[in-house]
Amino acid sequence: MDAISLLQSRTWPAEGAARVPFWVYSDQDVYDREQERIFSGPNWSYVALEAEIPQPYDFIRANIGDKPVVVTRDGNGSVNVFANHCAHRGVVFCRHARGNAKRFICPYHQWTYDSTGMLVAIPFRRGYKGKGGMDPEFKLQEHGAEALKVAVRNGVIFASFDFAVPPLEDFLGPKMLGYFDRLFDGRELEILGYMRQRIPCNWKFMFENIKDPYHASVLHVFLITFGLFRLDQRSAVEMDETGRHAALISRKGEQMINEATLEMANFREDLKLNDPRLIEPAREFPGDATVVMQTIFPNVIVQQQTNTLAMRQMVTRGPHAFDLNWTFFGFKDDTPELRQRRIRQANLMGPAGLVSVDDSEVLALSQEGAQVFPDTDAVLEMGGRSIADTDHMVTEAGVRAFYKHYLEVMGFDRAS
Amino acid sequence: MRSLQELHFEIERLNSEYAHALDNERFEAFPELFVEDCLYRVVPRENHLLGLPIAVIHCESKGMIKDRVTAARESTMAEPRTLRHFITNIRVLDAGNDDVIRAEANVLVVQTLINRMTEIVLSGFYLDRIVRSDGRLLFRERLCIYDSLLLPTSLIAPV
Repeated sequence: MDAISLLQSRTWPAEGAARVPFWVYSDQDVYDREQERIFSGPNWSYVALEAEIPQPYDFIRANIGDKPVVVTRDGNGSVNVFANHCAHRGVVFCRHARGNAKRFICPYHQWTYDSTGMLVAIPFRRGYKGKGGMDPEFKLQEHGAEALKVAVRNGVIFASFDFAVPPLEDFLGPKMLGYFDRLFDGRELEILGYMRQRIPCNWKFMFENIKDPYHASVLHVFLITFGLFRLDQRSAVEMDETGRHAALISRKGEQMINEATLEMANFREDLKLNDPRLIEPAREFPGDATVVMQTIFPNVIVQQQTNTLAMRQMVTRGPHAFDLNWTFFGFKDDTPELRQRRIRQANLMGPAGLVSVDDSEVLALSQEGAQVFPDTDAVLEMGGRSIADTDHMVTEAGVRAFYKHYLEVMGFDRAS
Repeated sequence: MRSLQELHFEIERLNSEYAHALDNERFEAFPELFVEDCLYRVVPRENHLLGLPIAVIHCESKGMIKDRVTAARESTMAEPRTLRHFITNIRVLDAGNDDVIRAEANVLVVQTLINRMTEIVLSGFYLDRIVRSDGRLLFRERLCIYDSLLLPTSLIAPV
């Protein structure tokens, strides 16, 4: 069966977003359509933080879906994003992860781009001794690296291949913009470091994981035991109007036995830390929430778990894998003590994270099961079939809301 | 005064104990290779070169190392695996006149999971500060700086 007919043969279950057919995690043609409609579609993808390119001509590489891009600050101080893809023969011409450069020279035929992605020079453009060269009508300005639309808000850079994308503020909607601005309040950011891991699972499993607070209260011994994120704590799940973005909000609790923790097999009353500095929180944001985990469709998770702050960027690597690139940050005006807390608490996160390891391991197992049972469906009925905001964690509403939007964008046939 | 050869051999033995404790999940023995007031960090080379402080594992005390190994053994949900450390190319950077010895070594860690071929977890190097305590060498500081920026799925235990 070829790819086109396979996609046409796929039908979404009649229950809608309360079911997710496992073929969405493994079909190559579903992946291809996601690249086209989601990652290259009218959405804002996170690419970098301004603090990573503070000086004129600084640049850093990023990806949107599986497409490589270069994020630069030009000589005027403006942020540019262009495809890392030579207009001549397609070469990924920027080969350094980051740096400072006024020119990007493609290694193959030395087509040369400036820091805005404009093509500025071609060797032997006029030929040699009157022979060869480009046609006199050939215009350099028509052959730059593909430029993306750029939006910057309080130090965070987003880009879109589709110039029809709505303004970033409208794309996020007022509620999600509120949580975004709670963290990115305009203070200057400081980059604290990077972690990178490749997880053998479809990118959507990761995105869903951070829209699903239910798993956190059963899977994560560390979060449950030390009350960092647990369903007996005052919490909420909120979405934007479309359902594509979400925020999980919670307040820290105590290591105590109660009706809820009794039901958590992974709650460990006996577990004590030799060095509790590892999880000692310090209040730093307005309001009483100690955790806000925000999923901004389609490619970033914004993490504020007590004092550890990070952008988790997802780079798709085919239907069966993605890279999770963590950029940890703080604020320029952090005290040395707060900075040190961020460094300590990063122990909970990333490829060796005392919490995150559970996720990456279980996500790999999800993929292992999903890809060999493509014709069965996931059941998402925790919290009923509602996709409305909740004031508790015992729900999968955030995941259903995401799939409601996903279904609309992807245009699958639906069983009646 | 010990000869450089003797010191080299002692460091080799310390590294062998280190690898043996981790490869055989003798997690109670692992923190005992460090002094109380110690630093143990596993750092992507990217952060090391850029001078950025974030580490994938960051322990500021022997207590934090103990918490780390307890977590690896008891509180982490992970696929069972066997790890093996290969520590080679030891170089003594500063013999320290029996005060703080500075040394480095290359490291390669491979893992074997059920239903999978053996695969590389990371390659990199250790930067050590080693002290003598009750006649044996112990780590005051061990940095594991790994080249392979992209780790495969997860790192469960110290490396």
